[in-house]
Amino acid sequence: MIFLTVGTQLPFDRLARAMDDWCAQNAHPEIQVFGQLGHLNGDSYRPRHFEWAEKISPDTFNSRVQEARVVVGHAGMGSIITAMSFRKPTVIMPRRAHLGEHRNDHQYATMARFKSRSGIFAVEDSAALAQQLDQLLTIPDGATTEADNGVAPFAEERLIQRLSAFIHNG
Amino acid sequence: MTQPPHVLAIASAGGHWVQLKRLSPAWAGCRVTYVSTDPQLRDGVLADPGDAAEVQFYTVKDANRWQKLRLMVSLLQIVWIMLRARPDVVITTGAAPGFFALRLATWMGKRAAWIDSIANAETLSLSGQMAGGRCDLWLTQWENLADPEGPSYSGSVI
Repeated sequence: MIFLTVGTQLPFDRLARAMDDWCAQNAHPEIQVFGQLGHLNGDSYRPRHFEWAEKISPDTFNSRVQEARVVVGHAGMGSIITAMSFRKPTVIMPRRAHLGEHRNDHQYATMARFKSRSGIFAVEDSAALAQQLDQLLTIPDGATTEADNGVAPFAEERLIQRLSAFIHNG
Repeated sequence: MTQPPHVLAIASAGGHWVQLKRLSPAWAGCRVTYVSTDPQLRDGVLADPGDAAEVQFYTVKDANRWQKLRLMVSLLQIVWIMLRARPDVVITTGAAPGFFALRLATWMGKRAAWIDSIANAETLSLSGQMAGGRCDLWLTQWENLADPEGPSYSGSVI
């Protein structure tokens, strides 16, 4: 399965449509796609070639990521950290402010910071997304989860220590 | 023996919440009141208290800075939770609800920490900027944003 996530708040038509176009080409009929598309408006794009919901529960979200062969997401930290914690190959497309996809371009900055990490694949348009997906699907299922894009279950120890000292000693 | 500190850990659902939960070893052994914006998080929090001595969970309305009415509801809910829970320390990774709790904490003479989201790699979030000078511990997760006059850097959630 490919799990698409754009968060639970804003729609991200450009990515939903890019994913739908990729599904419509039907180059990988064996691959199911499921998407969490966020809070849609009346004129938001509604994909016709894959199953989706506006919002799924946090538990279901985690299971979808865990079951996925590839995660496709906006460049939101919830999506990125969760995908990394399950060591999933993750394709990210940042929301852009000039396209009205977010209030500012912090997702573009996130992409710039994370794209060099192993297992994170940054794309900026639908052509790049399709190409990246086709390439990732040439890797046998299971082998991709060996990508060393994992993260430890908790924050860096020095951050934990600093907070703990603050909590106990002020 | 003195009671362990009571920590109120608050973050909006989604990325802010994922980051907050990654900090949870910092409040091992403490009484913890979690606050977020998605009621569906409740069962998971109560089923897995981690190393906390005692866990409670509240939800408040989510709001961004353009949704004035929702912000007001969120604020009132947080006032009620703060008065009821009376935490010793507030810890937040943002966004608006966390900022409210942080302000209330300092007004109530309690300690508060702001950990700006790792999503803000080039500038601090707006609420993160506003938290500066209004909390006891002000952290960024990006070394390039640390400043002697501003937030400090002590690593990140990943």
